[in-house]
Amino acid sequence: MDWKPVALSASPLAQSWYEASARARLAGLLDTDTFEEFIGPEQRMMSPHLPLFALPRAFDDGMIVGRGRLDGRDVLAAAQEGRFMGGAFGEIHGAKLVGLLRAALAVKPAAVLILFDTGGVRLQEANAGETAIAEIMRAITQVRAAGIPVIGLIGGRAGCYGGGGLIAGTCVRLVISEGGRLSVSGPEVIETNKGAEEFDSRDRALVWRTMGGKHRRLLGAADAFADDTIGAFRAAASAAIPAAPAFDLETLEAEQARLAARIARFGDARDATEIWSRLGVNDPDAVPGLTTEGFDALLDSLPEGSHDAR
Amino acid sequence: MPDKMPLDTLLASLFPAGHAVTVADGLITGEGPLNDGRLAVIGIDGDTALGIEGACLLAGRVLDVVRAGGSTPILVLVDSDSQRMSRRDELLGLNEYLAHLAKALLLADAQGHPTIGLLYGHSAAGAFIATALATRVLAALPGAHPSVMDLPSVARVTKLPLEILQDMARTTSVFAPGLDNMVQTGAVQATLDPDRPLGPQIAALIADSPAADTRDALGRERGGRPLAHAIAARVVREAQGA
Repeated sequence: MDWKPVALSASPLAQSWYEASARARLAGLLDTDTFEEFIGPEQRMMSPHLPLFALPRAFDDGMIVGRGRLDGRDVLAAAQEGRFMGGAFGEIHGAKLVGLLRAALAVKPAAVLILFDTGGVRLQEANAGETAIAEIMRAITQVRAAGIPVIGLIGGRAGCYGGGGLIAGTCVRLVISEGGRLSVSGPEVIETNKGAEEFDSRDRALVWRTMGGKHRRLLGAADAFADDTIGAFRAAASAAIPAAPAFDLETLEAEQARLAARIARFGDARDATEIWSRLGVNDPDAVPGLTTEGFDALLDSLPEGSHDAR
Repeated sequence: MPDKMPLDTLLASLFPAGHAVTVADGLITGEGPLNDGRLAVIGIDGDTALGIEGACLLAGRVLDVVRAGGSTPILVLVDSDSQRMSRRDELLGLNEYLAHLAKALLLADAQGHPTIGLLYGHSAAGAFIATALATRVLAALPGAHPSVMDLPSVARVTKLPLEILQDMARTTSVFAPGLDNMVQTGAVQATLDPDRPLGPQIAALIADSPAADTRDALGRERGGRPLAHAIAARVVREAQGA
């Protein structure tokens, strides 16, 4: 590939994951110059549906898939471009990831990496997007059952919402940053449907506390908390590959126990800070302001360790 | 549109010799006889939204079937709302609960318990993905009306007038709500005949169910997803160096 991320004053690894394009994330995440794209933008496989709505199209439909290496290991990778249609799943966007996961069963990479940046289903192609999400989830479980870890990375502008949140919940490991948000209904959707008393989407601190990376890591919904740099995501993704648990009854029974226990323990909590307090965090109000080092030290001090129940 | 078949009518047609299927808080659990064996049943009734407790309970029942071994099929009956939209559900990680239910169904199917979805009413969004769309074969009864998003909401997001969307919906299936459109995308594989006993129809679906995911191929044949199958196949070819 001729393309290089713009990095005038800093190395690619030091760039913000949140600010970077999907292509820049992939280029920096993988070993230098190892990424090879499948169905690249030169093939111009664009949405057949967006012209109906008089909307502009993208040559890659907002989804970039291909192969590369991570610390010398062969991996397949998919990246969503949150700046095109909010990273939403349409027919081609989704089918590229379906194909990548089916390819994993044939070429047996060391891992499949999914760089989430999505608001969920693309409404203009809603039925195709929704069905693609179901196909992706089925394919992920098949790839995992074949012993290949599927690892999700969440830290983009669009967050990881809607069906993207369900796909993320199907991955064996999740890496998330402060800016990563992971949920099904987004703040605006809840507010629109249930009112501002239920969720005031303009209260950004509430959004981060409820759906953001630190809460998800503390709750056990994500396995690793990363700084908002491409280098930090690279290190966390590489570390996640070797120790992924199997996709079997034992793992899902452990997840069942983990999720049932969460309802029993935190089901009456009104705010994330109450949950953090019950987890043993002495000063919950200080959590949002912690640096990554401070947050990692906090995690190490808590009785809960990491788990394989996913 | 034909009326929705009520759950008790559906269960009577499915299990004429009686059954042990119950509904509590909109969640369906139980089992009944099918051919010489049993059919496990889970589901959602009464246009109920699926939240963390419901997803956790249903997933637990699916894992019970897997743990018991054998090859008991699992029927997933769906007349649901979308996922429950609340601050509390999201605070506690609704995405994990819904994904866990889908994974339980996918594991069960992979371990020899064929999973069949039967849509008999509404379903939408995350609840649809976590239940009906996580089965090996999804069928529907006339009167079912799945929707990813209703047209007024699509109008709000796309900023297109509702009348224009209603016109477009008549000629293009890819965004419009409704059973016919989900059939065309390949998501709903078959429509059952409500005037014939459902038991034999479900048994036939199990017997004929494909081992692989054929939804994108169906979507191409039926015209609802013209490109998805070819795109996925091309990625596989390029990944194999062709």
